[in-house]
Amino acid sequence: MLEIKVESMTNVQPVEVSPSGFKIIWGELKKDRLALGSLYFLLILLVSVYIASFMMDQKALARVDIFSIYLPPSDTNLLGTDYAGRDVLGQLIFGTSNSFTISLCITSLTAFIGLCAGLIAGYFGGFVDHVIMRVIDFIMSLPSTMMIIVFVTVVPKFTVINFIFIMSIFLWTGKARLIRSKTLAERELEYVQASQTLGTPHWKTILSHILPNISSIIIVNFTLNLAGNIGLETALTFLGFGLPESTPSLGTLISYASNPDVLENKWWIWLPAAAMILVLMLSINFIGQALKRAADARQRRG
Amino acid sequence: MWKFILRRFLVMIPQLFLLSLIVFALAKQMPGDALTGISMDPRISPERIEELREKAGLNDPWYEQYGRWISGIVHGDFGTSYTHKIPVSEVIAERIWNTVFLALITLILTYLLAIPMGVLSGRYNETWIDKVVTGYNYLGFATPIFIFALIMLFVFGFSFEWFPTGGSVSSKVDARTFAYYLSKFHHVILPAFSTALITTVGTVQYLRNEIIDNKFKEYTRTARSKGIPDNKVYTRHILRNSLLPIAAFLGYEITGLVGGTVIIETIFSYPGVGQLFVSSIGLRDFSVVTAIVMMLGFATLLGTLLSDIILSMVDPRIRIE
Repeated sequence: MLEIKVESMTNVQPVEVSPSGFKIIWGELKKDRLALGSLYFLLILLVSVYIASFMMDQKALARVDIFSIYLPPSDTNLLGTDYAGRDVLGQLIFGTSNSFTISLCITSLTAFIGLCAGLIAGYFGGFVDHVIMRVIDFIMSLPSTMMIIVFVTVVPKFTVINFIFIMSIFLWTGKARLIRSKTLAERELEYVQASQTLGTPHWKTILSHILPNISSIIIVNFTLNLAGNIGLETALTFLGFGLPESTPSLGTLISYASNPDVLENKWWIWLPAAAMILVLMLSINFIGQALKRAADARQRRG
Repeated sequence: MWKFILRRFLVMIPQLFLLSLIVFALAKQMPGDALTGISMDPRISPERIEELREKAGLNDPWYEQYGRWISGIVHGDFGTSYTHKIPVSEVIAERIWNTVFLALITLILTYLLAIPMGVLSGRYNETWIDKVVTGYNYLGFATPIFIFALIMLFVFGFSFEWFPTGGSVSSKVDARTFAYYLSKFHHVILPAFSTALITTVGTVQYLRNEIIDNKFKEYTRTARSKGIPDNKVYTRHILRNSLLPIAAFLGYEITGLVGGTVIIETIFSYPGVGQLFVSSIGLRDFSVVTAIVMMLGFATLLGTLLSDIILSMVDPRIRIE
């Protein structure tokens, strides 16, 4: 049990027989039918959504057709049409690919910032750590939903890129805190001290020794955050402060339901998008929970 | 102990100062100021407007404007709302009790759901009841609150018509009667329940882990060996120790609710501060927006403060830091 150290996903070859981190994770995933099923399902769903959105004509989709407003599902419009006569299925496909891509961007950016801040704060400690932690504490104590909304309204030219940056300002802190605490624990271990004694430069110790050893936690955190960010992005778009009109999101479709008539009588507009968000978040979470077990040797299913 | 609380209070002062600076800077970025409304009026000459601006102090350096603004806030003066034409503090005062009421009911429901679920799944872990609770936790963790709330509104508000679909009180009842309070409660129960069913998940998980941890501790074994019945061991010994950290998260729970008000109140058209915030942004009524961000920012800071203090009482190790 104790010997099994979760190795990196990089190409560091383990000297002993202990399996690599990727193998452990894959082995754990294979044992968890729910997670494995979710993974396959998610892959198929995303691949088909991305291919479909490439093949579809976005301009034709955005065209307003006043003769086919609020059509219920039929053969020509499988999921009916919205208030401007636009095809809901097409918007659903575009919305899914947009929402997923943007959440992935936000998660990657926050992972990068959080990783840098957490590693630096945890490894060097002292004054640097103190400053970084104060900044994190402060950002975490802000009402982030409101702050994001205010930033979105205040920003002079609102684009998707700006939106990703604004979200990231408020979302890197939890990750940085987690990575800092893991780095702090790792720093005290003998292999790090051995590396330091040998005169390895700090950046090399961090990147090639500490980083691989906390990589499993980073992957788990990344997965769970990805699901959370999909929820947050669609919620903000739902409120009208997320993606701009030109980039439809799943939240855009759901926001039509703020009209009580749509919510009550025209389920085909908002329900598929809501179900899509639930399905995406659930399957990503199932994978994340299985990864979490894989990363923690005590919880593995053997 | 008192030293820690005092120090924790002192930390809050620079945090508040920073918060107010950020809010002020954002407010300055927002398009329009107190005179934008009349500057559209062709009967008023630009010179006159410039004179008014000078008089209102809008041409002063930013730190003087900031000083005036912050001293106003300390005295409870948030300026005047452009759309409502009354002081911002009055606009907010109308709504704030609705929000507090909703938050309070949500908080009570959250704990009413969390404690039995956490205790049962912790006590009987690895049984079917634990599996049901854990499964529910998985689902709740992955469900975004706005979708769940929308579905609840669709099912129980529109389809079954068990609950009202908007507002905070029925217009047919007279104020200060029993029917009035009943109607208020009727309006708050669906939004509160929708939020509580999702937010309870974190507490359930934590309580379950705490109980499983405490089950195998020495003091539990001692209690058992003294011949205390199993039920009493759980209610008197284990639950008490497991609930302490849960109580400490009360403040963070409040912080989370503050963030959630924006979404929940918008979905249920519930006239609270969160809905006021969203509608004021739509109406470009930025003096109201600024005041709400400042107030709820303060509430969040207070929530964190509360949790830190309770935590330090429960766990003395935290005080050393």
